[in-house]
Amino acid sequence: MVTFSRFTLANGLRVLVHEDTATPMAAVNLLYDVGARDEHPDRTGFAHLFEHLMFGGSVNIPNFDAPLQAVGGQNNAFTSNDLTNYYITLPAANIETAFWLESDRMSGLAFSEKSLDVQRNVVVEEFKQRYLNQPYGDAWLRLRPLAYNVHPYRWATIGKDPTHIEQAQMADVKAFFERYYTPGNAILVVAGNVETEAVKQLAEKWFGPIPCRGKHARRLPAEPEQQEANREVVHADVPLHHIYLAFKGPARLDEDYHAMDLISDLLARGSSSRLYRRLVKDHELFSEINAYQTGNLDTNLFIVEGKPLPDVNVASAESAIWAELDRLKSDLAESYELEKVKNRIESTMVFAEMALLEKAMNLAYFELLGDAEQLNGEVARYLRVSASDIQRQAQRLFRKENSSTLIYLANPYA
Amino acid sequence: MLDRTLPPPYHPITSFELINPRHLTFANGLEVFLFDAGEQDVVRIEWIFDNAFIREDQALLHTCACELLLEGTTAHDSRQIAELVDFHGAFLVPEFGYDQSSLTLFSLNKHLPQLLPLVKDLLTDSVFPEKELATYVRNNKQKLQVSLKKNSFVARRLFNKAVFGATRYGFVPEVSDYDRIARDALMALFRRQYIPSNCTLIVSGRVTDDVVVALERGFGEDWSDSRPPTALPGFPMPGPSEGQLMVDERPDALQSAIRLGCRSIRRSHPDFPGLQVLNTLLGGYFGSRLMANIREDKGYTYSIGSGLVSLKHGAFFTIGSEVGTAVTAATLAEIEKEVHMLRTTAVNEAELTLVRNYMMGSMLGSLENVFSHADKFKNTYFSGLGLDYYDYYTQVVNTITPDELLRLANTYLDYDKMVKVVVGKITGS
Repeated sequence: MVTFSRFTLANGLRVLVHEDTATPMAAVNLLYDVGARDEHPDRTGFAHLFEHLMFGGSVNIPNFDAPLQAVGGQNNAFTSNDLTNYYITLPAANIETAFWLESDRMSGLAFSEKSLDVQRNVVVEEFKQRYLNQPYGDAWLRLRPLAYNVHPYRWATIGKDPTHIEQAQMADVKAFFERYYTPGNAILVVAGNVETEAVKQLAEKWFGPIPCRGKHARRLPAEPEQQEANREVVHADVPLHHIYLAFKGPARLDEDYHAMDLISDLLARGSSSRLYRRLVKDHELFSEINAYQTGNLDTNLFIVEGKPLPDVNVASAESAIWAELDRLKSDLAESYELEKVKNRIESTMVFAEMALLEKAMNLAYFELLGDAEQLNGEVARYLRVSASDIQRQAQRLFRKENSSTLIYLANPYA
Repeated sequence: MLDRTLPPPYHPITSFELINPRHLTFANGLEVFLFDAGEQDVVRIEWIFDNAFIREDQALLHTCACELLLEGTTAHDSRQIAELVDFHGAFLVPEFGYDQSSLTLFSLNKHLPQLLPLVKDLLTDSVFPEKELATYVRNNKQKLQVSLKKNSFVARRLFNKAVFGATRYGFVPEVSDYDRIARDALMALFRRQYIPSNCTLIVSGRVTDDVVVALERGFGEDWSDSRPPTALPGFPMPGPSEGQLMVDERPDALQSAIRLGCRSIRRSHPDFPGLQVLNTLLGGYFGSRLMANIREDKGYTYSIGSGLVSLKHGAFFTIGSEVGTAVTAATLAEIEKEVHMLRTTAVNEAELTLVRNYMMGSMLGSLENVFSHADKFKNTYFSGLGLDYYDYYTQVVNTITPDELLRLANTYLDYDKMVKVVVGKITGS
């Protein structure tokens, strides 16, 4: 149970406060409702590049990091297809410094050319480090456009191509800030050794004067129902073959979401899970295998991926995966197995309550979904999923015409 | 009118409270440390065994023995073990480290009656079935092949080897080494190492009397050494490295992995906390000199950092990054400049104050929950120190002078003597 109180400033900023006196620290989490899905298809990777620029100085504060570190704080941020999240942890006694810093960059950035120049380079190096300079690193650059036709999930948060980042101009940066970095488009969560009343005063003091700049209405193309199987085969200098199967699945707020999530647990969570037991241990077909879903707000991808052993041909490895998926469609999961994955959900939630920053992030995310209170109802929603819900969801997911298959074939000399 | 140019007042962090564990010694000699705190009905229980090396080149055997602990006993096969752990929503994690091998259980208190007997079975009667060993070998050979395609992984291997030579710390397995792991050797290692006199039990979370009673019944009474512990008495420290540059040329690389560093001092050395201040200043946090220069000013890399690692028989200092191939040589030159500056120019008060405050805040922040208090204890305990080490640490961080930092840099950080590893390209594209 994560308790909190909530209020909204006149300019539209939503503020949530969670008091936790077991720690001397505070976490300040500021979520902006903008992600890679909001980008123009010819300027991808921009939301993430912008996140880097948020550290390049604001109207009144030339350097974001130094004053925070000087009061014993740390911070970071991440960008996803759906959202951009900034977080700070610092000694609770110094919490006002976080308000000062975050409110100033919400008021306005320094928009320095030097910062844009440098961060373009930094992000291009990040692109290389994560996506290009390691085996299978480009899998998601291939998988997304294979699976999605129209929805902006068809590109990764890093962008389609480094050239999009290299071409980013200051005018784009300013427009993006004006449109998305507004109080009404943000959710602030303050958690830790704080008092709600004091947080209210600090929020009014630092964020209150920021003018209301409205909230940008989002109009994204809905991904149409897939009609036929997609397939891409890549010959690459990788040491081993690798299979990715991607299936389109329910959005985060869809009532079937939790059933889909539990299917990934049945298949791949823990070493008693089905795919690991049968395909790695019993049948000795794969050296590693995994299943998960992307957890996005709109149409999700359910992924099964693995590396077949060298003496196993890719086609039979692929059919072995399909056999396991088909089994979920034809046979109801036994109550023991369902109870097992639900027990793991329960314990994971309890452990998550021991981590301050995780609680703050979760509150912000559930508030974005519509109501932070739903965080506390999440376990119950998993517990309500029945074996027939699982079966029905498996039947909906695991159809050839709902699949996108990406195969890496290892070049013999690699 | 709000003046946004003025920072809010700063409240200094001058101290922090650490949980002192309750210490028990069970009848069989097992040392037990209990950290009871927290709101949730969960515990983390760690069985930590010193690595009992009888030969320096057996790090892979030790890794394998640890990672196969969950793969079979006389009473439970691999599948049954996995089912029991997963059904109870627990996490049971074997972990091999440079000096210790551990088995850690994360569990809700209510499931301990089912899980503790299982752990007892694993620690006393693991049989390392041939079939499971074969699976482990097969899959880990594949994993290693993939890792060897990652420049940063290869750079770390070359670095460890260069700094620690033919010792347990310098050992890096080749794919073919996996084929030499024999079940007999695993069994012998298991009997030699996984015994109470070689174990420390660290329990944190909601440590109720019930938990203590159950642990004593399971691990304090009928668990005894099958034989006296044996291990190599000392450690064959190789001579210091000579500052060589090692380049592993990768013609297709888009980035080079850089790793450099040298052997250093352990936590028990009086200079250690001061050297940590110096390390933080150079590359230990986001605002460090290496990040400010090489990422934030030049944009050569996504990330660069340095670290100081204290082990049982040694220690090392290291700097690591992945940079564009065209700027590999330029990055090395900048690193050299930064290290040199630490030795020649006294740090100014403003920067030193920032680093002091950052380190104190991050110490406070690293005490997030009761598990982190246990982690702080482990850092000192396995270095042969008491928790009062942190009083000394705090004093050093808050009072160290620029002159003292100059002395430390000149004593411990010499770019010319550091091993320099580049995996990728150094000549530019």
